[in-house]
Amino acid sequence: MSQAVTTQTQESVQQILQKHPRDAGELLQILVAVQHAYHWVSEEAVGLIAEHLRVTRAHIRGLVGFYSFLSDSFLGDYVIYLSDNITDRMLGNKEIGKYLCSRLGVKLGRVRSDGRVSVHFTSCTGMCDQGPAALVNGRPVTRLSRERADRMVDLIMARTPVSDWPPELFLVEDNFRRSDVLFRRAFEPGAALKSALLRGGDETLKAIQFEEAVDPASGIAWKRGADETLKELYRSDLRGRGGAGFKAALKWEACRDTPAPERYVVCNADEGEPGTFKDRVMLSSFADMVFEGMTLCGYVVGASQGILYIRQEYWYLKTHLEAVLARRREAGLLGRNLLGSGHAFDIAIHWGAGAYICGMESAMIESIEGRRGKPRKRWPLPVVAGVEKRPTVVNNVETFAAVAMVALKGGAWFAGHGTMHSTGTKLFCVSGDCERPGIYEYPFGVSAREILRDCGGLDAQAVQVSGPSGTTITQQEFDRTLAYEDLTTVGTFMIFGPQRDMFEVVQNFTHFFQHESCGLCTPCRVGTSLLANLVDRVAAGKGSPLDLEEVQRISHLMKTTAHCGLGQSAPNHLVDSLAKFRGDWDKRMMVGGFEPAFDLDASLEEARQLTGRDDDAAHL
Amino acid sequence: MSPDSNRTFFLDGQEIPFREGQSVFDAAMSAGVFIPHLCHNPDYEPHSSCRLCTVIVNGRPFASCTQPAVAGQMVQSDTAELRAMRRTLTQMLFVEGNHYCPSCEKSGSCKLQATAYHLGLQDNHYPQFFPRRELDASHADIILDRDRCILCGLCVRISRDVDRKNVFAMTGRGIHTVIVVDSASGLLKDSRVTVEDEAVQHCPVGAILIKGKAFEVPIGERVYDKEPIAAASVRRFQAREALTHG
Repeated sequence: MSQAVTTQTQESVQQILQKHPRDAGELLQILVAVQHAYHWVSEEAVGLIAEHLRVTRAHIRGLVGFYSFLSDSFLGDYVIYLSDNITDRMLGNKEIGKYLCSRLGVKLGRVRSDGRVSVHFTSCTGMCDQGPAALVNGRPVTRLSRERADRMVDLIMARTPVSDWPPELFLVEDNFRRSDVLFRRAFEPGAALKSALLRGGDETLKAIQFEEAVDPASGIAWKRGADETLKELYRSDLRGRGGAGFKAALKWEACRDTPAPERYVVCNADEGEPGTFKDRVMLSSFADMVFEGMTLCGYVVGASQGILYIRQEYWYLKTHLEAVLARRREAGLLGRNLLGSGHAFDIAIHWGAGAYICGMESAMIESIEGRRGKPRKRWPLPVVAGVEKRPTVVNNVETFAAVAMVALKGGAWFAGHGTMHSTGTKLFCVSGDCERPGIYEYPFGVSAREILRDCGGLDAQAVQVSGPSGTTITQQEFDRTLAYEDLTTVGTFMIFGPQRDMFEVVQNFTHFFQHESCGLCTPCRVGTSLLANLVDRVAAGKGSPLDLEEVQRISHLMKTTAHCGLGQSAPNHLVDSLAKFRGDWDKRMMVGGFEPAFDLDASLEEARQLTGRDDDAAHL
Repeated sequence: MSPDSNRTFFLDGQEIPFREGQSVFDAAMSAGVFIPHLCHNPDYEPHSSCRLCTVIVNGRPFASCTQPAVAGQMVQSDTAELRAMRRTLTQMLFVEGNHYCPSCEKSGSCKLQATAYHLGLQDNHYPQFFPRRELDASHADIILDRDRCILCGLCVRISRDVDRKNVFAMTGRGIHTVIVVDSASGLLKDSRVTVEDEAVQHCPVGAILIKGKAFEVPIGERVYDKEPIAAASVRRFQAREALTHG
């Protein structure tokens, strides 16, 4: 097929290009489309895109080399990515990977010589409650077993197009196990927006028809509705659900008050933190609520363009999300004339292409603008100069969903749930060693123990709260609460049973950060590699106390000097593990000896290969 | 003239005047206080990627090259802890690439080498990564030796913003990040680069070299042979300030 691909390229790449405006900002979206069509981005395609967008080849190569799901070589007719989160590992993904490779006759990471298939590992794909998971040509396969792997192999051997594979292979479950006040009922599209608009009317206006209230002639109601909605948001004290917990109302007001001809609303659905999958469930089953929250934000801050930035792993939701947007446009809930008011707001979808760093807001904005997802300088903040240097609100999927409920039910109602400094409810992504993994909604302030009780995981020895960049808690800490007052969290809750070796957890996380560091700043670029090497050294039984001191020293350096949150938080799990699970490290430490970091014999390997020798004299 | 206290901050206890919009780094250098740096060249926009210029501002760490000076703030820079961190960051740059000072044409005018001396580096401390990186000697006048690159991004920024040619870009991610050249072949000889480009004049290390010029100034008479990087940088910065701000 690779031969065929090359000859097809010119014509079909042109077809892809014609679907996109001649705007350098479209580059990543074009590359994603080309990758999906051909399973690589050929030099020929690079040339055509460069010409079309008037950007350099080097710039395009820069993106292809940066994003994990773009490739400068052909990956085969079938491309399998196995999710490699620790939860997938605990469910046996390595063994499944080996099995798949042997049955397909392919080496991990290499394309089979006939160009049929390749198998790779990738960072967490957000299916931790139904792993081990994989992506096959962009579509998720969950609950992988030998039996399901066999079916995949047969279909690949028979050259059955993935579109004709049995749907049950691609079944993704919501596993919404516990709902509280926000997600208890189905959300009626438009309800929150109407409430917000009506807040601008006086009592008599509220009594009369909605259509009159939003009459463009009485624009006063429109303006007052926005102001009143912001006040409700202040009353709600809603804090961002992405993990940092910045107050949404403050962000929105700062954006609104920065003078500019246009503003943007960005919804962060990058959800790259391993063990996190709530955004997937939100966008599968509560997309209207999320889009309505974004629309409300546009209404309040005065933006007419919204962007949903969503990770490539959720490509299978594309048709669904586009259908929801189309339906909302038809219903007047998006478009040039929102609910007949004369005001405009619409939402475009931007696809990520495999980069954890793009969950960081300024890196996401770079990616939206069609560049490598590299964090920007610290100042100015996106709320002042974000997308196209315009004031931009970036909020998490769950934040926008909560906004819709604040608009609908009022800020006081919302603030009546949760704790003093953490109002409302929070979605928790429960995975790992428990009986009922899935999504749980609790008011903030719930204890780890309560979640463990509800999901059937009380015998756990540890929980990783908020993902690898978060906090590891032990049994002694299970009464701690999940709230900004105590354990800050994006909602990730990975459970480790008594049988687990916590060092293996650390090794998985350390390699994750090494893989995902963007490479911009020295401490993160080099530090994540040094840490991964040190952890591997301990794993190989060669660790000394000096190595552990070095882990601490590099961790402190990264926390202090790294450019962005990724690098600053990447060593958290190591520091926690050394403090709380030292036993799992100690049992691997070298006893009574010292092994130099530099392996003399191994470094002769290149010379041996060059000379074709492998005799005793060629070894030390 | 005593400084206007609305326009001063404290750096390691010393009162430093600043102009509106100036960074902590610029204000410090104007006042004659050196802050180590590698990715920043004061003639161009700061980038805050090497992190050597990290200082503590009111208790929190920031890269001084992009941190605006604010009246009254307390800044720490020359502390034992920050010196140690800068040393470690410099060691990291040495081990992630392939640097060979004794045979490098840039020796004596290399900012990485001079900064290592300034910080008292005795060794690289960490095991070398020994990456395999491509050397591009295809161009008649210019060599790109990726082994010696510290990914400061200056060539990328200058070629984009000053030369307006976009000859250089970065590809790869994380520890695999490398400089790439814009041409169909990926080689310098097929690109639009010329020896007059500003982008090839300001490489702080020996990654971009001009052929035939390497030993024009003999070793022993080069910029950091004559004076340490702290004094040389401050003097150069102040001369530039005098030109632009009288």
